[in-house]
Amino acid sequence: MAMLSLCGLSDDTLFKSKCELEEDEAFETFRSDNTVNQMNLYSLPGNPVENMRMITARDTMGRPIELNFHHGTTTLGFLYQGGIVLAVDSRATGGQYIGSQCMKKIVEINDFMLGTLAGGAADCVYWDRVLSKQCRLHELRNKERISITAASKIMSNMIYYYKGYGLSIGMMLAGYDKNGPSLFYIDNDGSRTPGKVFSVGSGSIYAFGVLDSGYKWDLTDEEAQKLGQRAIFHATHRDAYSGGIVRVYHITKDGWKHIKNEDCDEIYDRVKNEAK
Amino acid sequence: METVIGIKFNDFTLIATDMTAAHSIMVMKDDEDKTYNITDNVVMGVTGEAGDVPRFAEYITQNVKLYRMRNGYDLSIPAIATFTRKTVAEHLRSQSPYQVNFMLGGYNPTEKKSHLYFIDYLGAQVDVPYGAHGYGGMMAITVMDRYYKPDANYQEAYDLLKKCILEVQKRCIINMPKFKVKISYAGGIQELPIISKDNIEQNIIVNVKD
Repeated sequence: MAMLSLCGLSDDTLFKSKCELEEDEAFETFRSDNTVNQMNLYSLPGNPVENMRMITARDTMGRPIELNFHHGTTTLGFLYQGGIVLAVDSRATGGQYIGSQCMKKIVEINDFMLGTLAGGAADCVYWDRVLSKQCRLHELRNKERISITAASKIMSNMIYYYKGYGLSIGMMLAGYDKNGPSLFYIDNDGSRTPGKVFSVGSGSIYAFGVLDSGYKWDLTDEEAQKLGQRAIFHATHRDAYSGGIVRVYHITKDGWKHIKNEDCDEIYDRVKNEAK
Repeated sequence: METVIGIKFNDFTLIATDMTAAHSIMVMKDDEDKTYNITDNVVMGVTGEAGDVPRFAEYITQNVKLYRMRNGYDLSIPAIATFTRKTVAEHLRSQSPYQVNFMLGGYNPTEKKSHLYFIDYLGAQVDVPYGAHGYGGMMAITVMDRYYKPDANYQEAYDLLKKCILEVQKRCIINMPKFKVKISYAGGIQELPIISKDNIEQNIIVNVKD
């Protein structure tokens, strides 16, 4: 090496294998993307599509093992006469393993907007944070709270940019703005659509059963909150990947309000003794 | 999975799309609008991959608008069709192809001519009198083969569309209860009554403003 520097040759090209050089290059993009551009914090070394394959874990026979994402959830949201009700469970699972029973799957983006998380826990938490930042920046730049429509568009644009890169996100954005209440569904396909009644996650099929049969526009606030809680409860009962605490939020023109947290086991005991 | 139907007549063009938004095995919505007004007299009914559909339609709409701003007049309808086809074809072999199928139709009041194009995600573009995409389209197409006549009036045209949708709802395993219908004619674009399972057996009178 001393001889090399005496001759004025740089040591990082001559004796390095092609593989080593590529590795350096990949690390360089990883480092610069992650520190320079916050929107790229998610980026993997080099090209994610190719490199995901390389970092995939392998079993003893050399077969690739799928990454065990934290998955499985039940979340729901609906619009009715008195505003919007959101209800979620709180279980985080990685395959068969329950990682947490007290996760917060509703993100408070600002006083008038909430987001729900379903899908890969890491993706959801990270991108909701980025969304919160974008919403706050919008507020500072424009001296006005961001509309739900605009916020959902920002979110779906960010997700669409990474389409096919393996993101796993299913979220609802709900809130009150100058156009009144609105509820959006956004997922990792890049779809974004407004609607009245949504349920997302592995337990959504179960939640929909209760929700659809009890839903009507003219529900009172208390009925609506009860319906949301009940739908999540029945989903936690049938879906192994949902459980823990049922959290209920209510959004009106005065902003969101946390209604209650109740353990689904306690709901079970209460409901069992109640007359049908 | 989804269905879009387009029919061209002498003085107007009809575009109809189903209104369900499905994710895997579940219907998330039954009032989704899959029709897009490209200009004052061109409608596009788009189906395909979730996320790609609105993005593609918005891209086309805004670029056609940009052309109008730059030149002071709209692209002709065949030119819009060529442009959309080109966009699909250019993205086809890229990292992210647009997985969209659509019927693009419109009526040009100055040349007094209606146009209809069948375009798919591979970039095939065909000038057709009538056409359809999706599983439902296979069932609808023979109904149009049998009953289509180019000189139909608004009511006859709407009834033909109803006949197609009745067949789709009867034979297709996929549940498509509602269809949105848009007409492009000399007066611009107008939305006609939604054809749904509840009203398809009834007589719906079509009122098109002059």
